[in-house]
Amino acid sequence: MFTRFKLQHKRLYDLICLCVSIFTAFVLWILISSLPDIGNVIVGPKVVFSALLKNIPNGYLWKQTSASLFRVIFGFLLGFAAAVPVAFLLGWYEGFRTIVEPWIQFLRTIPPIALIPLVIALLGIGTGAKVAIIFFAVFLTMVITIYQGVRNVDYTLIKAARVFDANDIQLFYHVVVPATIPYIFTAIRLGLATALTTLVAAELTGAASGLGMMIQQAGMYFRMDVVLMGILVIGIIGFILDKIVLFLEYKLTSWQEVKSNG
Amino acid sequence: MAEIEIKNVTKCYETKKGLYKALDTVNISIEKNEFICVIGPSGCGKTTLLNMIAGLLPPTTGEIKVQNELVTGPGKGKGVVFQQYALYPWLTVMDNVAFGLRLKHVPKEERERIAQKYIDIVGLSKFTKSYPKELSGGMKQRVALARAYAANSEILLMDEPFGALDAQTRAQLQENLLQTWQTEKKTCFFITHDVDEAVLLATKVIIMSAGPGRINEMVPIDLPYPRNQATKLLPRYNEIKNELWNKVYREYLEHSK
Repeated sequence: MFTRFKLQHKRLYDLICLCVSIFTAFVLWILISSLPDIGNVIVGPKVVFSALLKNIPNGYLWKQTSASLFRVIFGFLLGFAAAVPVAFLLGWYEGFRTIVEPWIQFLRTIPPIALIPLVIALLGIGTGAKVAIIFFAVFLTMVITIYQGVRNVDYTLIKAARVFDANDIQLFYHVVVPATIPYIFTAIRLGLATALTTLVAAELTGAASGLGMMIQQAGMYFRMDVVLMGILVIGIIGFILDKIVLFLEYKLTSWQEVKSNG
Repeated sequence: MAEIEIKNVTKCYETKKGLYKALDTVNISIEKNEFICVIGPSGCGKTTLLNMIAGLLPPTTGEIKVQNELVTGPGKGKGVVFQQYALYPWLTVMDNVAFGLRLKHVPKEERERIAQKYIDIVGLSKFTKSYPKELSGGMKQRVALARAYAANSEILLMDEPFGALDAQTRAQLQENLLQTWQTEKKTCFFITHDVDEAVLLATKVIIMSAGPGRINEMVPIDLPYPRNQATKLLPRYNEIKNELWNKVYREYLEHSK
């Protein structure tokens, strides 16, 4: 009874906090945009919303958003699909680790943008090039995170399965995979964020469509309302994707012991 | 023929300072249905010995035979209860207890029947569907016990399983273990720090010394069965306990010099 009462209050409290936070952000935005000079660049919410009202009905915003979303999701899925097996091989087989890990560490320090000239020369400026760059960035981010998870599997859990005569396949399927799932979710969140940031950077260097291209083009014509609209949309997409993954994580790994601060 | 035969076993570890001898020429012979408790100062190689019987570590020299078969790896009907519970956090109590049976491809219905039996024995009937994170330390250790029982291992190897529990839970689980051991005719190898616990549970107590780990003495405990917490009130219980305390205490003193 008491806990339910408390829980309801907690939800209400959280909601109020969210509203206050959004309200404060708007007030700050309005204040900044009303400063002389700065206000010409950081235009106010009113101007940005009228840009939204103009570009949503005519389908322009949706066209750019869907082009970008397609690249993000496609590149992310490819990166994810490649990262999982490589990460497990890295964690499980010492020989594979010795050969492959230095290369992953080497590639990891290369900014994906630096690959753009190579990718354009190889794949042209179409969707393939963007997907390839996103794939590269997502794969490296995810492989490291999942691999860390495979290596962190509690050794006593493996011992406990060993004494039950578990063979390698059973050990993998019944212990290593489930123990790694929380890390996979973290990897998905990091991978999606990487996909978004890399995509915009990739589109900034030349694309016929997409949110990055829209921002780039609007910048050239000093249409700061459209630039801010693009930034807003990208942020919202990232936020929503993250919330979806968090929800799935909560549903699938509720067995996890979470350290709470009360 | 002995159930567990440990012959001239030594164990050395390589460290930065060179070879460290953890166990020196250990010889133990354990008969079927015996309950062996091992006491000794920390660093005397008790856990190493248990891990070697379990097949999780190879001895450096010597050999270990379980049921007349040379131990070359884990498994083969040995149940192990670890100090750190080692429960699978993503499985319910039921699935944790049935884990060993699942690996042996026992059909779902049968393994749940067996698991339920042992969940009831350790007194967790109300928590069959709970996850480990919802359980207290004592309850987690009960699950680990039930898991070892359910695998129907004739040999139970236990590494200070009750070390972290409060006195009351510990007393409960001790009686529980005594009962299961008596009714199911198991052979137990039980590591403890607690002399009281050793006297109550064991048919024989092994006293070890450290640096390098050695078997110092094997003391038979001639208390009558069935034993329970009331056994602690017998005059003979106190005699044995004092005798054992003196020997163990000497060992601790030697070690701390």
